[in-house]
Amino acid sequence: MIEVRNLTKRYGLTVAVNNVSFDAKAGEVLGFLGPNGAGKTTTMRILTCYLSADEGTVKVDGYDVFEESIEVRKRIGYLPESAPLYTDMGVIDYLKFIAQVRDIPKSQRSRRLKDVIDICGLEKMIQKDVGELSKGYRQRLGLAQSLIHDPPILILDEPTAGLDPSQIIEIRNLIKDIGKEKTIIFSTHILSEVSATCSRILIINDGEIVANGAPDELAGRAKGEEVIHVGIRGPREEIEAKLEALSLVSDFKRVKSDDDICGYQIVSQKGKNAAEELFHFVVQNHWSLTELRQEAISLEDVFLKLTGSESST
Amino acid sequence: MNNIAAIFKKEFKSYFNSPIAYIYITVFLCLSAWLFFRGFFLINQAEMRGFFGLMPWLFLFFMPAVTMKLWAEEKKIGTIEILMTLPIKDYEVVIGKYLSSFVLFGVMILLSLSLPLTVAYLGDPDGGPIIGGYIGLFLMGAAYVSIGLFASTLTENQIVAFILGIVMCFVLLIIGEDIVLFKAPNWLVPLLSYLGLGAHFSSLLRGVIDSRDLIYYLSVIGFFLYMSVLSVESRKWR
Repeated sequence: MIEVRNLTKRYGLTVAVNNVSFDAKAGEVLGFLGPNGAGKTTTMRILTCYLSADEGTVKVDGYDVFEESIEVRKRIGYLPESAPLYTDMGVIDYLKFIAQVRDIPKSQRSRRLKDVIDICGLEKMIQKDVGELSKGYRQRLGLAQSLIHDPPILILDEPTAGLDPSQIIEIRNLIKDIGKEKTIIFSTHILSEVSATCSRILIINDGEIVANGAPDELAGRAKGEEVIHVGIRGPREEIEAKLEALSLVSDFKRVKSDDDICGYQIVSQKGKNAAEELFHFVVQNHWSLTELRQEAISLEDVFLKLTGSESST
Repeated sequence: MNNIAAIFKKEFKSYFNSPIAYIYITVFLCLSAWLFFRGFFLINQAEMRGFFGLMPWLFLFFMPAVTMKLWAEEKKIGTIEILMTLPIKDYEVVIGKYLSSFVLFGVMILLSLSLPLTVAYLGDPDGGPIIGGYIGLFLMGAAYVSIGLFASTLTENQIVAFILGIVMCFVLLIIGEDIVLFKAPNWLVPLLSYLGLGAHFSSLLRGVIDSRDLIYYLSVIGFFLYMSVLSVESRKWR
């Protein structure tokens, strides 16, 4: 559906996007992940024909973004960052305007309008001016605007930025629903968001793609080790001395110590069944186990590792 | 065509969604009527030469005020990003926006027709110069609007667009005035007096409609619309 090859974009001397190549297949939900200023927005602006690139090619549905820009634009719905809308227009007037420019035949216009209003939950707001809408509703109107021509491809730049938690969940569910039928590319720097909604993740840093894969795959790639939290009731010195001697423990850190319960964060090689081993280890020493849990695999780790900002945490 | 109409409709409505259009029109009509009647009864002649003479200077402030928001506001609030990723050609947006300002200006001028009607009621004016004058006003206003539109593409700040518009119109107006021609080197004089916005207006004021004047105004409009399209396109490369 979307083919990006060796895309490079410079602003003066700074390279915003550096030799980026990726594909998005039909029906895929692709998450762009990266720190601020990584080149996410620039890449999206090139895909939507807002900017030109210095080098490289982009094909959307077989059409070249630079040569057949109008054809490309017809196939894309775009919601820019922070949903910029005409605040002096009425909600319904705005949608009608977009529908007219999108060349939706008059006979279908009112049906399409009704559809996007339903999908985005804007029924209560249609009488209002855009300027009166809250941030969440503006975001929804922006989304409605991008959906009105029923495009096969949807590009959303930080669709959940600045929303409250319940709104974030709503927008996320909306994306999930829409993503069943459409190709979606959206950017975010909230990690839980991509793992919740995306079928594939692209991590971008300093204008380059540093990782490309399914969420689980990336999380697995992050480390060959796993982290286990364990709480043990017993004498501290003895526990620590014996932990030190345990071969499967490559590193441990005391995170809690009340009276006689000690909590440890234990790093172990993957695939060694560390949790089970630790259980036996505690039992053999006649201590008791108060807690044993495997740390959830976290994209945060992948992200920090790949974007090289580990030191900042 | 459909796209131009859509843009035009949206822009024209947005003038009337806020008080802007009403304020422009009221202030323009009050000012022009006052400037007209101030001298009218003193001179006691049924003619409008004085009125037309003042218009190029009044337009200097009014036209950039009408056009300043056209692009600057889109850039400021970011709506340009949605607008320019719709399946619409850059020139269609430019023309749609241009027409919206031009039509607003046209409404202003049509409403000021009360002045010649008053003159005709009070006396027996010579129709030629007044008709020529109004044609001149339309052409000159259309040229000012194209300049103002171009100024607005250059910045995201409306005030800057306003002042740039005034400066560009002023320069194009003043180069044809005697005060500049007097000081300019001889070889430049014919060029400058041809390029000046005012000189062509004066000849229309005499009631003579010359194709050279028409061509001049149309070329100014075409030139600045083309420059606007280039300026809007340049976002891609910066």
